[in-house]
Amino acid sequence: MTSNEDKMEIDHEGTELDVVLPGDPINIARKDDLKLGPGLTLTQDSVICIKAGLLKHFNKKNKWYVESNQKRYIPAEGDPVIGIVTYKGGEYYRLDIGSAHQAILPILAFPNVNKKSRPILNIGSLVYARITLANKDMEPEVACCNPKTNKDEGFGELKNGFVIKCSLRYCRRIISQETEICSLLKKLGEKHEINLAIGMNGRIWIRLKSDDTRDTIYCYDVIKRAENLDNDDISELINSLND
Amino acid sequence: MVKEFESSINEKDFILQGIKEGLRLDNRDKYDFRQIGITFGPDYGRSEVTLGNTRVLAKVSCEVTRPYQDRPAEGMITLNTELSPMAFPSVEPGRPSEEEILVSRILEKAIKRSRSIDTEGLCIVANEKVWSIRVDMHFLDHDGNIIDAACIAAISALAHFRRPDITVIGEEVTIHSIEQRNPVPLSIHHMPICVTFAFFENGEYVVVDPTLQEEQIRQGDMTMTLNVHKEICALSKAGGTPLKMETIINCSQIATTRAKWITEQIQAALDAEKSKK
Repeated sequence: MTSNEDKMEIDHEGTELDVVLPGDPINIARKDDLKLGPGLTLTQDSVICIKAGLLKHFNKKNKWYVESNQKRYIPAEGDPVIGIVTYKGGEYYRLDIGSAHQAILPILAFPNVNKKSRPILNIGSLVYARITLANKDMEPEVACCNPKTNKDEGFGELKNGFVIKCSLRYCRRIISQETEICSLLKKLGEKHEINLAIGMNGRIWIRLKSDDTRDTIYCYDVIKRAENLDNDDISELINSLND
Repeated sequence: MVKEFESSINEKDFILQGIKEGLRLDNRDKYDFRQIGITFGPDYGRSEVTLGNTRVLAKVSCEVTRPYQDRPAEGMITLNTELSPMAFPSVEPGRPSEEEILVSRILEKAIKRSRSIDTEGLCIVANEKVWSIRVDMHFLDHDGNIIDAACIAAISALAHFRRPDITVIGEEVTIHSIEQRNPVPLSIHHMPICVTFAFFENGEYVVVDPTLQEEQIRQGDMTMTLNVHKEICALSKAGGTPLKMETIINCSQIATTRAKWITEQIQAALDAEKSKK
């Protein structure tokens, strides 16, 4: 997935470690086509950090962001999330996505629906959706289809299975397909056929094709255990799974 | 503050299925308890108890007050629970929730009504002055079974507590500070220990020490309070599914061994703390 162009090149100029704290001014030499990711904000002319973490950037595309870890999810447009239905209305559902406000899922945000054939979701159902609107002054909105193609693209209700709750950084590590975590999941996949849905809001849905409870708990345990391990320890964990 | 919604249908179904197959998320057997940790704080009468991810802090304090008129020669014990949104986001701050009231009622029964603390020994001058002991329990993290954790925290904090020494000459009462004279421990008759059971599928499946997700889907619960002498101090079952007699007897046997084990743990933690000083 990761092409060479997108490989991160960490800029070491000025500071040895790229640890930034809220309020730190960020020196960015190139101003053309500048893109700021999470943790950075633009005030008049200068870029200010608003989160504690590691400053990273893509050299070629002039994209900058702060890599940090937290548990409370803040909606961002385009993020895939896992929500729980908390309210059923005539026009929309309300989803708990772990953010400060609940997200709205319009009934028309499903593929091939009209007012008469509405999707059947109950209170407490799990839904995998993509955030379409994230504005700090408004309730977030999510959708289960791509409006351009009118296809679900893998989004929709999640049936059976179980949810792993974890930190946001761990979700990002899995979704960006870090090699160690990938090989861990592959290792699990050798024995069990696993379906995973990763929500960027700190929820991972897991379902084994066999729907076996013991095996699901085993996979849950392994994935959960890898959360607080660095790459070397994950390799060790993979080796220990061989026995 | 938006309430954190409870678990999804998928999670509830999965946990129930697991319980039916005798499997739990943390790889425990149905009669296994979570790991317990007891630490005593820097000063007397402070203890922090962890039960898996559940964490409770208890702090004991004392003051001299006037006794109740109908009990002129008895000291007072007040239990205070503090369940804040820090423990669990869906807790509303300010007003005590139904769960919190239930927890404090059970603890009251377990510790005060079982007469585990000698209140008569807290009398200084009858009708005039008695010690009032206050136990504050703060729930720091809620992952189910806060009753058991709070009970262990409260009783171990009371056992660790030392009140200032006093001398009484006639009507004159002198309270000596901790620096002047060694403070005195409370006299504890016995240590009541709470053991909570959760029931599923009309009491067909029993689980001890439920986690928060298990508590959300249980159909009934029962808390037994026992001491090391195999005496049942309290048994509370507030509604829920009816139980068979065999189930209750079975539970009481589990609770007996558990109470003995916990008392040993508390004693070991107290001894370790004493040898440190």
